[in-house]
Amino acid sequence: MMRNILRWSAQRRLTITFLLLGMVILLFIFIPLAKMIFSTSPAILWDTLLDGEVRSAIGLSLYTALIATVVGLVLGVPLAYFLARHSFPGKRFVEALIDVPIVVPHIAAGIALLFVFGKNFLAGSAFHAIGIDFVFAVPGIVIAMIFVSVPFLIDSAKQGFEKVDVRLEKVARTLGASPRQTFFRVSLPLAKRSIFGGTVMMWARGISEFGAVLVLASYPKIAPILVYDRLEEYGLDYALPVATLLIIICIVIFVALRTIAYRGERA
Amino acid sequence: MIEIKKLTVNLGDFLLDGVDLKVEKGEYFIVLGPTGAGKTVLLEAIAGLHPVRSGEIWLDGREVTKLEPEKRGIGFVYQDYVLFPHLSVKDNLLFGLKQTKRPKEEMGRVMEWLAELLGITPLLERSPDTLSGGERQKVALARALSTSPEVLLLDEPLSALDPQHREGVQQELRQIHQRLKQTVIHVTHDFEEAIALGDRIAVLGAGRILQIGKPDEIFRQPNSEFVARFAMTRNIFTGEVRDGDHGQAIIAIEGTEFEVVTELRGRLHASLRPEDILISEEPLISSARNSLKGTITDIADRGATRYLTVSTPLDFVCLVTRRSFEELGLAEGEEVYITFKASAIHIF
Repeated sequence: MMRNILRWSAQRRLTITFLLLGMVILLFIFIPLAKMIFSTSPAILWDTLLDGEVRSAIGLSLYTALIATVVGLVLGVPLAYFLARHSFPGKRFVEALIDVPIVVPHIAAGIALLFVFGKNFLAGSAFHAIGIDFVFAVPGIVIAMIFVSVPFLIDSAKQGFEKVDVRLEKVARTLGASPRQTFFRVSLPLAKRSIFGGTVMMWARGISEFGAVLVLASYPKIAPILVYDRLEEYGLDYALPVATLLIIICIVIFVALRTIAYRGERA
Repeated sequence: MIEIKKLTVNLGDFLLDGVDLKVEKGEYFIVLGPTGAGKTVLLEAIAGLHPVRSGEIWLDGREVTKLEPEKRGIGFVYQDYVLFPHLSVKDNLLFGLKQTKRPKEEMGRVMEWLAELLGITPLLERSPDTLSGGERQKVALARALSTSPEVLLLDEPLSALDPQHREGVQQELRQIHQRLKQTVIHVTHDFEEAIALGDRIAVLGAGRILQIGKPDEIFRQPNSEFVARFAMTRNIFTGEVRDGDHGQAIIAIEGTEFEVVTELRGRLHASLRPEDILISEEPLISSARNSLKGTITDIADRGATRYLTVSTPLDFVCLVTRRSFEELGLAEGEEVYITFKASAIHIF
């Protein structure tokens, strides 16, 4: 009895300690966001929204991040499935390579991309021949976003596929499904939540990208670059409403997508 | 009919080595082996789901060794059912039917017929994760049968079920086999399951087929350590179970009748563990017990215990401790009484 009480209170102390530590980090995330949103008056936000330059920058951000994500889905999901189903020498290396863009400074990633997609380099000159330029152009924004954000999608999709029991695929084969049909009727639907989660992450990460885009295509301006420009040229008062608007739009989209994802989970 | 010739499959640390099997059309064939003997891999190789190193697999006169699994016409049921979790029971059953490109109404008819056959019609709209083990097993069976496979492969279909469901599903398997004349290969580590269901049994041990034969041949003349060890630890008989007095059941085995506790009736098997048999020099008076007089015909010394064979004239293997063996002064040729409870006999 006595020991039970002791254990209870020790358990409780630990829980309370963890809760307090957790509160610190939660406030650390919450306060700056809330302060920023509430310190900008709705009237100013509305004016900012009517500013054509702001709207086109935010629109460009959403659009380029979307294109990047679609490319990520088409090229990344097959790779994720391959990695989830096969083991081969060097697999660890490949998996580490995929995560490298997450760990390198993004400004360095931008420079690395410049050395491939710049007009005087390998891929850059090849694409230039068919009329696609990257530097100071929309395709440059897209590849910068793909580079830094596709690891989130690949990792998440891979984990999703790994959770699908291989024997479900085997049973599908005995029921007459070809490998391709098995992928689309069994593996993909069962991994779709992880893929969807990865897609949202990739898209969000794309929208928030700054460093790599700055090096490769600081023009046309995506929203983070516009915020930076206004901060540099006119000061904090002019950058703040744009930044706030960007944050609000991101939060709304993020919450909406999460809601869709969780509704799927309950069904 | 399915024929396997010198099949060799790599199992990582060992081989499934030179397996030869021939299963007749409509036969219920059991592959019996301990865990890790390569039973699942053998089935996967037959289904084309596991690469084969050498050898041949023939299905109804056509060689399928290198054929894709979807073109073989094989039904597969895994031990833990492996239903598609994102599909309803109905869509699980329709999965294979949709691949056959039949008209929609016909697919619906086949699906409903299967659901009825297995008694799962009320479950059709349910999601697999809301079903009990026995229900899942029936859905998995119906799904495997949906494509009218040449051969139905069952991987330990009863071992994930609790005992009360096991008997029901076992009956179900027997009925399906009889009604559909379905050729079945069923792998198991359970000796009683093998005897109850198999027309013939192949014993698999350490990657090789050790013995093939009818159930009684396997347990009367075991040529493998695995079966012999089992035969030593079980008394197995075949007899006719009917109603007895006072709601009890009676099994008649070669003219001798025993009280048993079971709901089953008909020609069945009975097993009795040697340690459940009591040996005494005088008859034990008890109404709820089976008691017989017999002669000790064999004594096997196992250190702290002795296995005695008592001929009544049915042969019973009985286990006694060395101490009671000595206290009773037992010896070959001596007359003793053996006694066991009705509930100690397992009918299957």
